[in-house]
Amino acid sequence: MDDLDRRILNEIQSDFPIETKPYLVVGRRLGIAEEEVVRRVQRLKEKGIIRRIGANFDSREIGFTSTLCGARVPKEKLDGFVAKVNSYPGVTHNYLRLSSINVWFTLIAPSEERIRECLREIEEATGVSGIMSLPAQKMYKIQVDFNVSDD
Amino acid sequence: MGLTRLERRIIYELQGDLEVTDRPFLALAEKLGIPEEELIAKIREFEKSGKIRRFGATLKHQRTGFEGNVMVAWRVDEARADQAGEVMSSFEEVTHCYKRPKSAEWPYNLYTMVHAKDEEACLKIVEEIAEAAGVEERALLFSVKELKKTTMRYFFEEFGEREEP
Repeated sequence: MDDLDRRILNEIQSDFPIETKPYLVVGRRLGIAEEEVVRRVQRLKEKGIIRRIGANFDSREIGFTSTLCGARVPKEKLDGFVAKVNSYPGVTHNYLRLSSINVWFTLIAPSEERIRECLREIEEATGVSGIMSLPAQKMYKIQVDFNVSDD
Repeated sequence: MGLTRLERRIIYELQGDLEVTDRPFLALAEKLGIPEEELIAKIREFEKSGKIRRFGATLKHQRTGFEGNVMVAWRVDEARADQAGEVMSSFEEVTHCYKRPKSAEWPYNLYTMVHAKDEEACLKIVEEIAEAAGVEERALLFSVKELKKTTMRYFFEEFGEREEP
């Protein structure tokens, strides 16, 4: 990866042109030909440096609701609990943490009612009661890394 | 919210990976059965309304030497929560900072993710945050094991092709 690759990555990470010919626009910004940009982006993708090119959505703005859940799960129920929780596509992150409340997961669903329903199902299926749901009331910071650092 | 079926389908498809060609939106528009211009206009509209948080390339996770991380739950007076949240957010090592409801069982209301080079460095930053924000009570939630980590695929139930993994 050279300096030009890095400059291209910075452009297409944070300011991808929504145009019929986006790589032509990127090429103009950087003073290089469209073909050169396309060729380099293809190579960065083949090398696995670019994982995907697409949109990241704000779950709230498209009508979904999300929450952070915490549960106190005894050791003997842990495997069953994790399997049940992870079976929901709306569970995107799940961690075992060093705390009395030891399992923490995020849950995204189309409604608050659906979230309550999922938690009820999990509690019934696993025998773990009192799962806490802590939806964000305010977001002060969400950082997404944009800058491509040197190796 | 009132998204149309086409809008939901566009959102579903945009979570995938756009082909790298000189006209990347053309192939997708054809798949959706709409003109390229309409797709481009929709994406711009989604960006403007905040539905799309970011459009562009997602890179492979960079090993930047920040391997340690800890989630910290803080107990802050409700009246001071915003101020403390702003102070905590000003730390470079804090990547996420949210306010969440307190409960009797779990009396914490501010949540930060702290990233630093190792566990020890995380603890040091947490001390600095506590002092700067004037918040003493906290619970450190180090992760013992990652049980699941994936990205959300909105409207998968409606449009997913159930591809074999």
